[in-house]
Amino acid sequence: MPEEAKPNQSELVVLAKDGLYCEAGGFYIDPWGSVETGIITHGHGDHAHIGSQHYYASRSSLGILKTRMGEETPITTLAYGKVIRLGETEVSLHPAGHILGSAQVRIAHAGQVWVVSGDYKRDPDPTCAPFEVVECDTFVTEATFASPVYHWPPIENVVREIHDWWMQNRARGQNSILCAYSLGKVQRVLAELMRFTNEPVHLHGSATRLVQVYRDEGVSMAPTIPVSELDKKEKLKGALIIAPPSASGSTWTRRFEPYEVGFASGWMQIRGNRRRKAYDRGFIVSDHADWPSLLRTIEETKAKRIIATHGSSDILARYVREEMGKEGITFETQFGEEDE
Amino acid sequence: MNFVSLYRKLDSSNSTLDKIEALREHFLNADVEETALAMRLILGQLPPKKAKSAELKALALDQARIPEWLFAEAYSSTGDLAETMALINAVPDAPPFTGSVPEWIKTHLRGADEALSGLREAFSKWDSFSVMVLIKLLTGSLRVGVSRGILIKALAKAYEIPEANIAHVLMGNLKIDASFIGRLKMKDWADPLDFSSPYPFALASPIDGEIEDLGPITDWAIEWKWDGIRGQWIYRNEKVSLWSRGEELISDRFPEFATRSLKFESLVLDGEILAWKPGAKEPSAFALLQTRIARKKVTEADLKKAPARFIAYDCVEKDGVDLRELPFSERRKILEELMPELTASIPAFGISEIQNEESWTSAKASRAGSREKRVEGFILKRKSSPYFHGRKKGDWWKWKIDTMSLDAVMVYAQSGHGKRSNLFTDYTFALRGADDELVPVAKAYSGLDQKEIMELDRWIRAHTKERFGPVRSVEPIQVFELGFEGIADSPRHKSGIALRFPRILRWRRDKPVSEIDRLDAIRELYLKPDIEPVSREELPLFKSANLDV
Repeated sequence: MPEEAKPNQSELVVLAKDGLYCEAGGFYIDPWGSVETGIITHGHGDHAHIGSQHYYASRSSLGILKTRMGEETPITTLAYGKVIRLGETEVSLHPAGHILGSAQVRIAHAGQVWVVSGDYKRDPDPTCAPFEVVECDTFVTEATFASPVYHWPPIENVVREIHDWWMQNRARGQNSILCAYSLGKVQRVLAELMRFTNEPVHLHGSATRLVQVYRDEGVSMAPTIPVSELDKKEKLKGALIIAPPSASGSTWTRRFEPYEVGFASGWMQIRGNRRRKAYDRGFIVSDHADWPSLLRTIEETKAKRIIATHGSSDILARYVREEMGKEGITFETQFGEEDE
Repeated sequence: MNFVSLYRKLDSSNSTLDKIEALREHFLNADVEETALAMRLILGQLPPKKAKSAELKALALDQARIPEWLFAEAYSSTGDLAETMALINAVPDAPPFTGSVPEWIKTHLRGADEALSGLREAFSKWDSFSVMVLIKLLTGSLRVGVSRGILIKALAKAYEIPEANIAHVLMGNLKIDASFIGRLKMKDWADPLDFSSPYPFALASPIDGEIEDLGPITDWAIEWKWDGIRGQWIYRNEKVSLWSRGEELISDRFPEFATRSLKFESLVLDGEILAWKPGAKEPSAFALLQTRIARKKVTEADLKKAPARFIAYDCVEKDGVDLRELPFSERRKILEELMPELTASIPAFGISEIQNEESWTSAKASRAGSREKRVEGFILKRKSSPYFHGRKKGDWWKWKIDTMSLDAVMVYAQSGHGKRSNLFTDYTFALRGADDELVPVAKAYSGLDQKEIMELDRWIRAHTKERFGPVRSVEPIQVFELGFEGIADSPRHKSGIALRFPRILRWRRDKPVSEIDRLDAIRELYLKPDIEPVSREELPLFKSANLDV
C-alpha cells in the first residue's frame, strides 16, 4: 500500500478501522464497522452498512435506505445544501449524480474544506439530481473506472441499442433478459427507455420494491410488471425482462426460453469482458465517472490534494501526482464495485 | 456496408445465430471486394503488415498525451494493444468508418509512412471501434471470432449452395478475390478445385460413455491412435501434394513421400505423418517430428536425423473417383489392395494395421500398453461409416489412454488476452528441483471453470509477491494437477524438459506445496530414452527415399 494514511490531528478525515473518520466532527462516512454516528453517501450495500447507532443521509435517499437497511434504522435526513453542525465541523450534503439520493459530503473545519464524493458520475441521469461541483481543499474521490480506456458513450445511444436488441429478439420469437444492478442501473434504464417505448418491462423480484421507491419519489419510468405476479403458466414472448446479474445462467431464466441475455455495465467497455460467454450482448451503462469525468471533476473542485478510494485508486493517485501537479494519495477502503 | 460494420456485428454478439445472420447479410449485400476481404480475414489470410507496432503505439501515446506507465496500466486492463490505442484516443460522438476497407488497405498498407498517416487520420475522424479494427489490420493482428463451420453455414445460406460443396471449395490453397466471389454467386462449379485440393478431414470425437455402449466389437475397426501429424496425401496429374490437418501445404518438407510414377490416375490417402527411424518397431517421440515441421527446407541431415513415414488410414479418392460415400470396410479393402504398389514406389509408406480384438475386455487390456508403443490409445471406426466431413459424432471415436499428469505449484500468473483480458488466466507452474528449489516446468491456460478462474484471480491479486510488467510472482501455495500429452528433453528450458499440451486437470486444494512432484521423479517416470536407430542395411523396407523432386 503506497503512502498509508495514519490517524493524524491535522487530517480532517482519516482512514480508520471502521471507515472514513472525521474526528473533529465525531462521525464516520459510510462506516463498515459499528460506530456512533455515520453519514451515508448512498444506498449501495458497500456504502450503507447496518450496525451503527445513528445515521445522517440525504432526504431523497431515505426510501432506499429504509428498504435496504430496515424501517427501524435511525436516520436523520438532510436536504441537499443544508448545513448542520456536527462536533466542531460544518457538514452539508451535495448531489453526486450516482443514484437517487446519492450525496457528496462537504466538511468544513478551521478554514479547511474537504469533500468526500462517495460514488458519482457526470453523465445525465433522469432518476437523480445532477452532480454538483463543490470547491474544496481536499477531494476524496472514487476511482472505479480510473483508466484512460473508459469513456462512456451517450446514454441515449446505448439505450437505443438495448431497445433495438429487444425488438430484434422479439422478431425472432425470443425474450430478452437484461442483467442490471437492482439499485440505480435498473431505474435509469427504465427511465431512459421512455424515449423509445411505453411498453411494459418485466422485472425480477429483487428490483420491484426499489422501482416502487423511485416511483414514490416521483421518478417517471417505463411501466413495469413484476415477474412474480405473472401466472405460473403464462409464457412470455418477445418480452424484455430486467434481472440482477446473479440471475444469468440460473434456473430462474428457464421459463423465459428461448432468450438472449444482455448485461448493462461500465465493464462492457472492454471487448474482452463483452466477449466472455456468459451473455450474448454487452451494453455500456455505468453510474460511475469515466476517465474524462474523473479528471474534469478533480480540476473543477480546485482541490490541491486528491485522495482516491476504491477501484483503480493507485492509478488515479499517481496520475494526479505526476500529470496534474497535485498531491495524490490513496485510502484503501472497503468500498467495492458491486453496483457494476 | 463494409468490413468494419460486419466486424462490429460479429463482435457485439456471442450468439451463433446472430453471427450467421450478420455474415449472410454481408455476403449478400456488400460489394464483392468487401465480401472477398471478409472471407480472407475470417480464414486468417491477413494482408502483410507494413508498420511496426512500436511506431503506431508511439503515435497513439503522443496523440492521447498520456504517459507510458498509464498506457501500460490501460493495456493490462484490456489485454489488447489495438483496443487500448483506440480507446485512449476516443473522440466523443465520432462516427464509424463507412468507406471501403479494401481501398483503405490498399492506400495505407503500402508502407510505414502511409500506415502512420492513415492512423493519424483515423484517430481524429472515426469512432474507437473503427479505429481498433484499422489498427488490427495495420498490425496484422486481426482475428475474426468466426469458425470455419459458421463461415460455411453463412456462405451456404447466402448463395444457396450445399454446405458440403462450400466446405470442399474452401479447402486448399484458395485465392479469394472478387472473381472467386463472382463464381460463388453464379454457382459456377465447372472447375471449382485446383487439382491439389484436399478433402475436408473426417474427425473422431473423444469417447464419452462406457466403451461397451458402442455395441458389438465386430461392428468396429480398431486402429492405434498414432501421435504424429494427420495429413492428406494427394497424387493427381502425376504430382504429389501433402496437406496437414491445419490445411498447410507441407509437401516440400517431406520429400520422402514424393513420387511421379504411379499407375493410378489419382489417389488421395488420409494418414498420419510420424518420425520413425528405420528398423524401429515404433515411431520416435513427437518432438523429433517437430524438428521436421519447423523447417521449410529439409536437408539430407534432417532426413537422416528424423526420417518420416506416412501411415495410411483411409483411401478417399482413387482414379478420379470420390470414394467418401463408400463404407469404411470397402475403402479399407481398396487401401489394402493398393498398398503393395505404393510401398514399392515410396518405401516410407505403411498402413495403419487393424487390431484384432475379440472383446472390449481384451481391447482394454491392449490399450493399456499404448504408452510403450508410443501411441495415444485407439481409434474406433464404425465399419459402415462414410468418410464424413468435420467432427460428426457416432461413427469415429478416439479412445485415448489416460494422460500423463503431475502435481505442480503455481509460481507466476499473467492476465489473459482477448476474451480473458483483465483476469489472471495464464499460469506458470513449478516442480521441486534437485536442491529443493522450485523449477518452472509449464505454462497452462485452460482447464478451470469461470468460477474457479474468478476465485483464483482474487487469490492472485491478494498474494502477489512481485510484479514484472504484466507478470506477477505469487506465493507458492496453490497446487494443481497438470495433464500433458508428451514430454521431451529440452535444453532450452531451465527444467531441461518440455511438456506437450500441458493443461490443468484439477485444482488440488487438498494438497500442500510440500507434496508437489519432484522434477527427477517425473523424468524417470515418463521420459523414455529414444530408440537407437539401426543401420540402413538391416532394413529392407526403407531403402532410399526418392529425393529428386
